[in-house]
Amino acid sequence: MVGVPVLDSMLALVQEATTHERAYVPFLPSWMILLPFIGFVINGAVGYLAPDRRKLVSAVGPGVLGLSFLVAAVNLVLLIAAHDAEPVIRSYWTWMEVGQLRIEAALQLDQLSVMMALVVTCVSFIIHIYSIGYMGEDPGYARYFSFLNLFVFFMLVLVLAANFPLMFVGWEGVGLCSYLLIGFWFTEPAKADAGQKAFIVNRIGDFGFLAAMFALFAYLGTLDFQAVFAIAPRGFEYGGAAVTLITLFLFLGCTGKSAQIPLYVWLPDAMHGPTPVSALIHAATMVTAGVYLVARTGVLFALAPLSMTVVAVVGAVTALFAATIAVQQFDIKRVIAYSTISQLGYMFLAVGVGAYTAGIFHLATHAFFKALLFLASGAVIHAMHHALEHAGEEAGEDVTQDMRNMGGLKAYLPTSFRTAWIGALALAGVFPLAGFFSKDEIIWSAGARGQTLLWVLAVLTALLTAGYITRWLVMVFHGASRVGEGARRYLRAAPSVMLVALVLLAVGSVVSGWVNVPEALPLLPEFTWLHQFLHPSFEAAEHVLVEHMGEPAHVAPLGGGEGTWAVLSTTAAILVVIFTFMALRGKRYLSAREAAEPTGLWRLLYRKWYVDELYDLVIVKPFKALCMVSWRVIDQGLIDGALVDGVAYTTRFGGWVVSRFQTGYVGTYVLIIVIGILIILGAVAL
Amino acid sequence: MSQLATLYSSHWIITFLVFFPAVAGLVCLFLPRERIRYWAFTAAMLEFLVSLPLFWTFKIGRVGWQNFVTEPWIPDWGISYALGVDGISLLLILLTTFLLPISVLVSWDQIKEKERAYYAMLLILVTGILGVFVALDLFLFYVFWEVTLIPMYFLIGVWGHERRIYAAVKFFLFTALGSLLMLVAILVLFWLHIDQFGVTSLGYADMLRVEVPGSLQYWLFAAFALAFAIKVPIFPFHTWLPDAHVEAPTAGSVILAAVLLKLGVYGFLRFAIPFFPSAALSQTVLMTMMALALMGIIYTAWVAAVQPNLKKLIAYTSVAHLGFIMVGTFALTSHSVTGGVLQMVNHGLSTGALFILAGFLYNRRHTYEISEYSGLAKVIPVYSGCLVLVALSSIGLPGLNGFVGEFLILIGSFGRHPWITLLATTGVIFAAYYMLPMIRRAVWNDLRHDENRQLLDLSRLELAIIVPLLIMIVLMGVYPKPFIDRIAASAESLSEEIVLIAGQDAQPQQRVVAGDFTGSRAGTQ
Repeated sequence: MVGVPVLDSMLALVQEATTHERAYVPFLPSWMILLPFIGFVINGAVGYLAPDRRKLVSAVGPGVLGLSFLVAAVNLVLLIAAHDAEPVIRSYWTWMEVGQLRIEAALQLDQLSVMMALVVTCVSFIIHIYSIGYMGEDPGYARYFSFLNLFVFFMLVLVLAANFPLMFVGWEGVGLCSYLLIGFWFTEPAKADAGQKAFIVNRIGDFGFLAAMFALFAYLGTLDFQAVFAIAPRGFEYGGAAVTLITLFLFLGCTGKSAQIPLYVWLPDAMHGPTPVSALIHAATMVTAGVYLVARTGVLFALAPLSMTVVAVVGAVTALFAATIAVQQFDIKRVIAYSTISQLGYMFLAVGVGAYTAGIFHLATHAFFKALLFLASGAVIHAMHHALEHAGEEAGEDVTQDMRNMGGLKAYLPTSFRTAWIGALALAGVFPLAGFFSKDEIIWSAGARGQTLLWVLAVLTALLTAGYITRWLVMVFHGASRVGEGARRYLRAAPSVMLVALVLLAVGSVVSGWVNVPEALPLLPEFTWLHQFLHPSFEAAEHVLVEHMGEPAHVAPLGGGEGTWAVLSTTAAILVVIFTFMALRGKRYLSAREAAEPTGLWRLLYRKWYVDELYDLVIVKPFKALCMVSWRVIDQGLIDGALVDGVAYTTRFGGWVVSRFQTGYVGTYVLIIVIGILIILGAVAL
Repeated sequence: MSQLATLYSSHWIITFLVFFPAVAGLVCLFLPRERIRYWAFTAAMLEFLVSLPLFWTFKIGRVGWQNFVTEPWIPDWGISYALGVDGISLLLILLTTFLLPISVLVSWDQIKEKERAYYAMLLILVTGILGVFVALDLFLFYVFWEVTLIPMYFLIGVWGHERRIYAAVKFFLFTALGSLLMLVAILVLFWLHIDQFGVTSLGYADMLRVEVPGSLQYWLFAAFALAFAIKVPIFPFHTWLPDAHVEAPTAGSVILAAVLLKLGVYGFLRFAIPFFPSAALSQTVLMTMMALALMGIIYTAWVAAVQPNLKKLIAYTSVAHLGFIMVGTFALTSHSVTGGVLQMVNHGLSTGALFILAGFLYNRRHTYEISEYSGLAKVIPVYSGCLVLVALSSIGLPGLNGFVGEFLILIGSFGRHPWITLLATTGVIFAAYYMLPMIRRAVWNDLRHDENRQLLDLSRLELAIIVPLLIMIVLMGVYPKPFIDRIAASAESLSEEIVLIAGQDAQPQQRVVAGDFTGSRAGTQ
């Protein structure tokens, strides 16, 4: 037994359930999805018909999610009870059917999808509760909750779909909700722009998803997950061009949805949305869809070693790249946004080296501590906004979110302060918090599978992570307050619903790592529950991997076992945290208005390696010019000007000759045509 | 009941549907002015309600004509009265009758002058369109084809906006030019038939039997194809369309985009390709058509992206959408043709709805300039919600109708033309690129024009117009199966027969690998 009371009782429950083996019969699976949809309909109707019925919205919005969470939890327990159950397909209606192509509106309930559904509904539920406080005074309250409910609906469709096209419904559906919620305060052009950017960049990824589906159908004649995964090992040549292209197209989709190089650029802009939206969509759930997709289609990726390498390399490079940018950002949310991109990179590194459980594990723990960090930021922004507004100062986004205007907030926002520390340490990978277990497993897996270079990148990223998140904590909560005298008097802690959400997520950030304690850790009993639970979902893929690449080694590139490295890494993380904390605590920051732009390398990082500028110069501007040329030069100039009107002028000259027939009425022309037809027909008949 | 069933399996129902609008249109000319629109709406509703049972009486899975009739009409010239419905025409007919009452309602307050002639033209136009969809005699087909031309010309030229004469003449000259060459080709076919069978005939089945010698096939195909390509329109024959749309009254735009353009695709599917399969599927022609269709998808999407005028933007997106349909048509697999026909209906609903919504704005502010609107979501939220939904359906958001057709087209085409399909698929990116900035500029952002502060949200009449379209957009996205079922059999037999005749490999590439695994799906369910 583990020794922690809560875990002990959980363990007992699991053991109790697993001793009585029975078949898995899903519990109300469609309701898991329907409940958020019902919420969307009700809140949407309220938004249009009676926007002032806030109490109804506050009950329905989170309420449906709570119920949905319960359904997911029951299903998880049932799945645990049915040891290593086969996936259950529940089909509701036939969506499309032509010849061999048959696409059902069907859900697949298995260990992976139910696990994901549980994480999604759990985090969503908490963030919905938080939103009651955060959005409480917003005139679009009902609209907000209807979009948020709709998002969860699509997210669950994505997670539970039993075939590629239905998953694509969720895939684009969550993108749509992201678009609507980023631009929720649509009257501000920057926000509307950010939403649009997210949608269009994601469409580039969606192109990849579509292309992959077409090719899969062309080769295998089906798009059902189960059938595809069963056929693929025989249908595709290992490492062949077909499966490599298909998986690369799928991964293109992932780079869009999960904000990886080269399509990550929309995510930092997406921070223009309300903070709970950033927490839910742009940290905990939607952006992890790409990781889920790679894990779900693990068999296909396992057959394409080149694609696996691409996934792992892109993941590792993105992780490091985004972490460097996070070091020099001053916007409280942008730091965390880049951190999200970086952590998603870790997850891709994991699934890219075939450590599927590690990827999903980090996905789950990250959902808790990253949502926590966002919501803590939200509490800070909420307080800043409130204070500045009451003091009659400018309270725009660029002021309230700039960390150079904060400092010393721990005295005013104690709960946010404490929970933010928990989230930050979890992110930094400090034992015994969640991030320690999951991130460590990823780094270990990369090393154990012989990816030395990627392992080095991952270790470097881990050190940077501990550094930038400590800087974030110090700039926001510690040191001298840089909030103006006038405004400081109005700093208030957030409403209690928000604090409840923070505490719940903090609990999640502590305990969620304990579902998978690696065997090699010193002093701790082995408890690889998650690994065993998810095993049926990844069995096929792991089988292919082992068959072609052999068992992973159990040594790190520099020697030593998993346990040694875990101890080393958490020690390093703690040292970096302490060092950064000491170095920055006494530092005096100028407020955003007075501060000059950083210089040298810092400027490069502050300006995010100038990637946005580069894309603008190389892609966006030339493309706009191309569109303009297409219209003005080709369409209007060449086709209409030279050809059509040219013909018209020539004809006009000819027309002058026959102008006596020209009466100006189309009726006459018609008459001439009809007479002409009759004459021709007459000639034929004779 | 059984009598009704008999009626609905006979040709009388089709004959009624084709000629009733024209009769009703002529009646319009003799009614008092203030009652015209009520009469027109009653007639349109009647037409729609009479047509509706066809959806269920149509026999699913049956290949060949239903409600078929062929009676000698002018026997000396081989002209017969021949009509019939199959899976390719059924939904197009229903789309036309569905949009007719909507078009009348759209005109309700917009058309204030010469109402008699206006509603007469609108109704006669529908006779022409329905006639084209059901005619199985080339003479009959040609007459109906020409009949569509004249009312549309007047709808644009008389009830249009400022530059209506230019647009109307351009529309007329473009389409008339195409149809004249087609007439010549029909006559050649007629002669060939006399030559080969010794009897005069213009019947559809007889024409199919005509053996057209080698190079003549290409010329005749070109003549038919030109007429249809202008109608679709395919790049580079598309420049009449934006002008026609911008100047046309709303109902004109709706009919033009939703149904009239489909006459072109229908012409390819029904006539140009089956009559001259070897020419149509020869490598040169096929690649040319695909290249032009791709130009339509990609290039017109670029042009659409920089349009300052809302109606022009929608017009260019129409060309892009029709490009997808043309790819599906020429890929000639059962999936791609089914998807193409379905997409014709989807495009009719989405683009029709877009034009209607553009018209609603025009009625309020008398301009189509997108820059004249901003922050609409703040003043007219219901309208804005409708516009966003329809725009999303137009760019193929899964769950709405546009996705299903696009998906079937592309997945069907991929097996035979993977690279062309990949290029076509990039259209989904450009679609987002032309539609979302329009939404951003018009719907989001802050109010920039004081004139927009007082805009009224959708009236009851406007809701009655747009809600049926929205319902269909969602329904056909979530549960398209009943619609697909009605198309599939005809699409499949058509594509397989043509490919067989053209001597190409009848099996798409996908079967190569799938052969071993046919049992696997059954095993996993």
